Amino acid sequence: MNESINLKPGQINGETGIWEMVIGLEIHAQISSKSKLFSGASASFGADANSNVSLVDAAMPGMLPVINEFCVEQAVKTGLALNAKINNVSIFDRKNYFYADLPQGYQISQFTKPIVGEGEIIIDLDDGLQTTIGIERLHLEQDAGKSLHDQHPSKSYIDLNRTGVALMEIVSKPDIRSPQEAGAYVKKIRSILRYVGACDGNMEEGSLRADCNVSVRKLGEEFGTRCEIKNLNSVRFIIQAIQSEAERQVEILEEGGKINQETRLFDTSTGETRSMRSKEDAHDYRYFPDPDLLPLEFSDSWVQKIKETLPELPDLLKKRLVTDFGITPYDASILVEEKDYVDFYQKAANGKDGKLTANWMITELFGALKKESISLSNSPISPENLGQLIDLISDGTISGKIAKDVFAEMMISKKSPSDIVKDKGLEQVSDDTEILKLIDKVMLENEDKVKDYLGGKDKLFGFFVGQVMKLSQGKANPGIVNKLLKEKLK
Amino acid sequence: MSNKESIVDIPTVNKIARLSRLNIPDASKQNLTNDLNNILGFVAQLDEVNTSDVEPLASVTGHKLPLRSDKVTDGNIEDLVLKNAPESSSGFFVVPKVIE
Repeated sequence: MNESINLKPGQINGETGIWEMVIGLEIHAQISSKSKLFSGASASFGADANSNVSLVDAAMPGMLPVINEFCVEQAVKTGLALNAKINNVSIFDRKNYFYADLPQGYQISQFTKPIVGEGEIIIDLDDGLQTTIGIERLHLEQDAGKSLHDQHPSKSYIDLNRTGVALMEIVSKPDIRSPQEAGAYVKKIRSILRYVGACDGNMEEGSLRADCNVSVRKLGEEFGTRCEIKNLNSVRFIIQAIQSEAERQVEILEEGGKINQETRLFDTSTGETRSMRSKEDAHDYRYFPDPDLLPLEFSDSWVQKIKETLPELPDLLKKRLVTDFGITPYDASILVEEKDYVDFYQKAANGKDGKLTANWMITELFGALKKESISLSNSPISPENLGQLIDLISDGTISGKIAKDVFAEMMISKKSPSDIVKDKGLEQVSDDTEILKLIDKVMLENEDKVKDYLGGKDKLFGFFVGQVMKLSQGKANPGIVNKLLKEKLK
Repeated sequence: MSNKESIVDIPTVNKIARLSRLNIPDASKQNLTNDLNNILGFVAQLDEVNTSDVEPLASVTGHKLPLRSDKVTDGNIEDLVLKNAPESSSGFFVVPKVIE
């Protein structure tokens, strides 16, 4: 093996050459609706077993599904945010499979004519680069119920509360080339979903899950046979699972073996994927149009109305922050990660020094919140108070160093910075006569050093600045101290 | 497909039966195969119609799909939901273990 080869992320240097990964993602996003996709039962999380179930969800004979308008709107809204083609006519199909958590014996999904067609998004990579990932489609479908296998030695317990909850399945094109890109793609989709309000993006509660299709090929060759890793519920697991699966495939191929197209599970304890029990008929879903549901149709004007309700999306917002507030693209990309962040920032930075506000928010505030495990929405420092602190620094009332003490106090007491500065007498001293008094005192106490300085030891200048600052308890304006000291020590 | 060819054979019947979780006695399989081929042969007459310029049709009524507003109007009927379950416990359906 040649150690000096420069591999791109997602490439594997095997015994026989360089392999690259080809990855496509299917993201299942639970729509943030109050009721289910086709029934009036609640879609909320954590209720008593089978209490959020209607006779439609339980698939009793004679029940008819009626679609939830809000869910259709959210799919269209998300489609628009993904720069995708909206299909004014779409069709619901039955995807047949047999499992205890699916009482209908089929999932209502969309196969041949989904509500949203091709689109694309831009993802941000760690090195500051961006790349475009194609979207194949987005369709509406029902979620399945939940099975508990640990309640009884020979029985499974079934809760249908989640049965029929609305999901959007967002399918990417096989444009992703590394685990890192896959992670960035999921983050971007999650961010878009949250901006749009279609899904809360909570991966811990399972409202966002991903299936990863992974194959490997030699650079420039045809696509290889892929395996699908099911149901990954964190960005970290997605990255780990893809890496380990790709390495497994390279090993098999290099030993002259063949990849079997199959569904695999990621074992979080070993960090490896394993085959699900062979399901030879697993993909024989026998789709056909659901005779209970007419085609879903809407007009261009309805789509236009939804378009007008779209919020400012992260990519454009990022550009605007850079122009309006003069911050760096890097800072802007951090601030647009979550809608909460941008809202907070825009309130705090309103009429202030935008760059300074961004620095304080990203370094100090995010750092302090992370340390205390507090979310931004519960921040003891309000955007208004952070803005006030920035003003106190900008107009010279306090120094940057004192500001850190004030900030620490704000985290604890929730008081406004101007109150803290007043109560503790922390105003910066910028008055020439006051500062000259301090300088005189320092020079008197250090006559020998003054002599040395005047004799050519220029380095001592910093010592005098330090002494004056110390004497003022950090409150002297360092710029003025510098200026006056230079004049005095001529 | 031609309506003269038999397109369903006994292995196909076995496969569909397995997917549908239907237990079909061996004695009925030949009859079922013949029936399915007759049905498919009948439907295959549609192939004689030229549909090259016709959009696939998902519904013949011309109605649009009715939409409902997003309100919780149903649920909290665990007793009714579980009423026909052969076995249930503390609000759950209880079924033979279905884990890999």
